Amino acid sequence: MTPAISVTGLTRGYRGHIALDRVTFDIEPGSITGLLGRNGAGKTTLLRILAGQEFPSAGQVHVFGASPAENDQVLRRMVLIREDQVYPDIKVRHALAAASWCYPGWSAELASRLLADFALPPDRPVKKLSRGMRSALGIVIGLAARAELTLFDEPYAGLDAVARQTFYDALLADYAEHPRTILLSTHLIDEAAGLFERVIVIDRGRIVLAAAADDLRGVAMTVSGPVLAVDDFTAGHQVWERRQIASQASVVMVGPLDEDDWARARSLRLDLEPLTLQQLVVHAAAQPAPDMTDESVMERTSA
Amino acid sequence: MREMAGLDEGTPLFAQLAGRLAEEIAAGGLAEGERVPSTNELAAYYRINPATAAKGINVLIDEGLLEKRRGIGMFVAAGARRLLLDERRRLFAERYVEPLVDEAARLGIGTDELAGLIRAASQARASHVEAGDIQASHVEEGITL
Repeated sequence: MTPAISVTGLTRGYRGHIALDRVTFDIEPGSITGLLGRNGAGKTTLLRILAGQEFPSAGQVHVFGASPAENDQVLRRMVLIREDQVYPDIKVRHALAAASWCYPGWSAELASRLLADFALPPDRPVKKLSRGMRSALGIVIGLAARAELTLFDEPYAGLDAVARQTFYDALLADYAEHPRTILLSTHLIDEAAGLFERVIVIDRGRIVLAAAADDLRGVAMTVSGPVLAVDDFTAGHQVWERRQIASQASVVMVGPLDEDDWARARSLRLDLEPLTLQQLVVHAAAQPAPDMTDESVMERTSA
Repeated sequence: MREMAGLDEGTPLFAQLAGRLAEEIAAGGLAEGERVPSTNELAAYYRINPATAAKGINVLIDEGLLEKRRGIGMFVAAGARRLLLDERRRLFAERYVEPLVDEAARLGIGTDELAGLIRAASQARASHVEAGDIQASHVEEGITL
């Protein structure tokens, strides 16, 4: 199967600054992928290049098997919704009408349902919407477009937790009915983690982790207890962080652990707490030598 | 953190989902022959990716607990409950008795004293069942001393 997105050695430099550094990854069609990383990590640049709004300095970018740059055939199959999306001076319903002409898969029925879910007034000028309402409008367009490739770049500026939940639920529900390739960039990892089939973590322009989201849960853990027992238990494992106070230590280690390991931890009276996806991403991004690509994670989880 | 109907982020979600469904079957909440919620229904309820939910379902199919009926959906297989209870019985000593004995040894509680404690707890439970405080249904299939 042709990947929906295939990126090889993508580099994007600005004057004296590398925004993306030899980025390589594939995304299979029909999956929801989380593009995770801190602000300024390169997420927006990557999405803009995928959407043909910016160009690589070096490397290959293929969307549906072709370069997206100035390629209408490819661009009409995708939608990109940005943080603080800018709209012309029109009413909400006119913005939706305009979107309906742009996207061949547009669902007017879904658009009006989402409009109600987000309590967006159709006759209000976009300029008079609050920041959160403008974000909601972007989400409505991004979902109702039902584009084969749907790119969301932190689309929830000004949206409160309840409205974000509405977004996540609507995304999952419509994806279940109409599977498509979705790439969602976010730094709110904890609240979005369950949505993702895969995650790509990017830090300072480089990919530090790319894996199936569920393979990462429980792959690393915090081991706490008496120093000697902790060091004994974590010996031979990759250690991401070590803290110590008096005779107690707390170590973040990369697993995997088997049944015997758990039994041993119990008998050593150690406290084991698995890292959440969010904690794992934070630690992965903080490691000096990034080596958390698919293969290395797979070795760990299947060892 | 986002509400995932009780699932947590510390272990793979597919395994947690499979565990939940197995628990439901063992407890009789999902009867043999009954239709199991679809992948999309489970994904919506737990607020997780449908592929993750499908992986959880597949675990139970592989274990012979669920069966797919083409075009209709997923159903609890005949004998699924028995399978689960047999498995739990097999793991009972490891999961419950060994830690119990370990902790008793640490506290200097001898075997006879431990047996006495178990007997007392068992009697207390029986009287609760009689008083209707606890459902009796699990007792028949459970392990009796």
